[in-house]
Amino acid sequence: MRLTCVVNGEPREIDGVWEGESLLYVLRERMQLPGSKNACEQGECGSCSVYLDDVLVCSCLVAAGQVEGRTVTTVEGLAPTEDELHPIQAAFVEAGAVQCGFCTPGLIVATHDLLARNPSPSDAEIREALAGNLCRCTGYEKILDAVRSAAEA
Amino acid sequence: MSTVTEVANGIGQSVRRPDGIPKVKGEFAYSSDMWADGMLWGATLRSPHPRARVLSIDIAAALAVPGVFAVLTHEDVPGRKTYGLEHHDQPVLAFDEVRYQGEPVAVVAADHPETARYAASKIEVAYEELEPLVDPEFALSDASPPLHPGGNLLRHVYIEHGPEPGEADVVVSGEYEVGMQDQAFLGPESGLAIPAEDGGVDLFIATQWLHVDRDQVAACLDLPLEKVRFTLAGVGGAFGGREDVSMQAHACLLALHTGRPVKMVYGREESFFGHVHRHPARMRYEHGAYADGRLAWVRARILLDGGAYASSSSAVCSNAASFALGPYVVPSARIDSYVVYTDNPPCGAMRGFGAVQTCFAHEAQMDKLAAALDMDPVQLRRRNAMETGSSMPTGAPINCPAPVDELLRLVHERPLPEGDGAVPGGVANVTRGEGVVRGVGYAVGFKNVGFSEGFDDFSTARVRLSEVRGEPLVEVHTAACEVGQGLVTVMAQIARTELGVENVLVLPADTQVGSAGSSSASRQTHMTGGAVQAACRAVREEWEGRGAIGDGIEATREYHHRLTQKLDAKGQGDAHVTFAFAAHRAVVDVDTELGLVRVVEIATAQDVGKAMNPLAVEGQIEGGIAQGLGLALMEEIQVVDGLVRNASFTDYLIPTILDMPPVELDVLELGDPDSPYGLRGIGEPPTISSTPAVVAAVRAATGRELRRVPLRPDDMIGL
Repeated sequence: MRLTCVVNGEPREIDGVWEGESLLYVLRERMQLPGSKNACEQGECGSCSVYLDDVLVCSCLVAAGQVEGRTVTTVEGLAPTEDELHPIQAAFVEAGAVQCGFCTPGLIVATHDLLARNPSPSDAEIREALAGNLCRCTGYEKILDAVRSAAEA
Repeated sequence: MSTVTEVANGIGQSVRRPDGIPKVKGEFAYSSDMWADGMLWGATLRSPHPRARVLSIDIAAALAVPGVFAVLTHEDVPGRKTYGLEHHDQPVLAFDEVRYQGEPVAVVAADHPETARYAASKIEVAYEELEPLVDPEFALSDASPPLHPGGNLLRHVYIEHGPEPGEADVVVSGEYEVGMQDQAFLGPESGLAIPAEDGGVDLFIATQWLHVDRDQVAACLDLPLEKVRFTLAGVGGAFGGREDVSMQAHACLLALHTGRPVKMVYGREESFFGHVHRHPARMRYEHGAYADGRLAWVRARILLDGGAYASSSSAVCSNAASFALGPYVVPSARIDSYVVYTDNPPCGAMRGFGAVQTCFAHEAQMDKLAAALDMDPVQLRRRNAMETGSSMPTGAPINCPAPVDELLRLVHERPLPEGDGAVPGGVANVTRGEGVVRGVGYAVGFKNVGFSEGFDDFSTARVRLSEVRGEPLVEVHTAACEVGQGLVTVMAQIARTELGVENVLVLPADTQVGSAGSSSASRQTHMTGGAVQAACRAVREEWEGRGAIGDGIEATREYHHRLTQKLDAKGQGDAHVTFAFAAHRAVVDVDTELGLVRVVEIATAQDVGKAMNPLAVEGQIEGGIAQGLGLALMEEIQVVDGLVRNASFTDYLIPTILDMPPVELDVLELGDPDSPYGLRGIGEPPTISSTPAVVAAVRAATGRELRRVPLRPDDMIGL
């Protein structure tokens, strides 16, 4: 099938999409946007978090066809320019919140969503908001630091 | 040449990761992100049975699926049909028998991953099912059917330390069990194999040790080593689970067979079958002590389930024996550690490597002993604490700093956290505090750093100094695997410090330079750090001699740690290079009506020798504790009759940000006399004693014996 949507502000038209493909697969394998990660393929780990229109979703759980005519924003679409980082991205680097980094893109999109809704979250609110994003390396302490610091920025 | 130059972003500073920016932008290329023109996708057909004879494999229907380019079985493996880290006992693709559920039987390459998976499902395998051998205790007996030609006993380590255990004022005994934990790295097994014009193959792969992967795969492909070139792709975590080969040989076989690049990426379910796990353990302990709390003797019997293939089981078995007593002075001990083959999933390396299992048991015993002696558990531990010069049960003295007493004092003296109104189970729990009990528990543990038992462990670094547009540039080339721990950062820090040059580029790790050894055993900063230091010093000497960089200065150096010895028949020998220690205190709230635990805080103290990068040290400690907490409270691969019941992140739980408490840290820097900059490996100790500390806290809260991890809600209700 043909899929027409807007991804990171750019209109995209992709041919040859198989109906069984997820949004995550199309982003990674057909749009050269591998930033969203596939770590569980069942919506448990949050590594594939993106915005569909303005709603935070696990792109592995969205069928490609559901995206027809809609807008997607991925981790690649958050920075203001190619050479700059979004303040949340900068905060993750600075706080040491990145180790292997496989969970990082999803956490950054989820943090972006949290801070858009709640610009100064408490620790409990941060934990609640990011509870759907698994990280196996950091123990989350530095991720909390990063979110706190991004909220202050 | 021991002078160290003051330079920005050198050692001892919290330098930010060079790969941090591409990782936060989503631009860092992990092994699953690899892509090549004309690339095919590989898929694996796995055995549904834990034990069966393979009678026939019919690939015709699979080959007929449009879009399929190859279907390969054991007959297509041109070289050695088996591989393995210590014993070549694991088939690349099954031939006579399958020995665990999920064992690879055939591989497919197709133009779409779904086509490849569909075609794999069309392969017809005729199996004759056999009764699986799933009880490790039965595997140890002569009555069990041998799963491998040498029988089912993979290794037995016996340690005879001191005189025969005799008198004691108090004796406590216990039986303990540890469930099968998964590394659960987030980036599943994956890689891209590209056939080369010389008849060889290039593989871009996420692994922990490029050379050992390469050597095993080259033998299976029947290719000379120089035609099998491995390059490290981005690694999404490892924790021991990437020490063994998974899809490496399969992707290379498919690429060579089709003449096209082939990418293989496991899904999460397949990943649970695609790598080894932490050995489940059954342990029986008996501790004798004098009335004043001094340990008199220990008897320990440890049985580890190795699963279907050897992997690194024999080293895990030996480690379990070496560290069976904990970091205590014990005058006399008898230790038997066994690892056996079964038809359960293969087990091998995971962070802590044998010391995790025994630490859970010896720390439970110390608490039991404290209760029997009516002593404070911290006091009992401090009274028996090892120090520099104390003897290992293997007979050799501890030569490095061994601040066991100090670590315990630090975690003990930290103020306890206050109540913050939160309850176990979070916002969903409607309790107002009734049924919620607080407990505090302590544990201390230790482990070897680096490879033991006479293994000539080394790493290689090539360092090149050149001038680019009038500015000096240092390039560091090693085969050491950055798996998330921050090795790329610390290698650059070392080069900056040694050469006084700020501009350092760490080149991609590959097999075009000598082996770096494995990114495991808490060894890589020590070993590859040592090699980078040595290569830099050689470059600096040449630079100072010449007085100019000229057309560049290059040096390649190997770093070997001091030689160790094998253990003799009584488990005696100087088997370990050096040791790392940590202590933990856990504070928990337990809802005894719902069986829920909330870890309120973990306090830890660890000696790191030298904090090469303090921010990265904290990250390793906090992350390691999360894995220890996971083993205490939730993580277990459930295997019933040889079948895995929970191969997904829905059913295999790892700690979320709601489960992890704040961590209070004390980092000691007691330089190691025998390592570069005095540093000591840091990756594993956080995972070793955090588990028993959490369990001790739950024990304190509930009064239950709690002899098995992970704990279950049933263990904590109905007090």
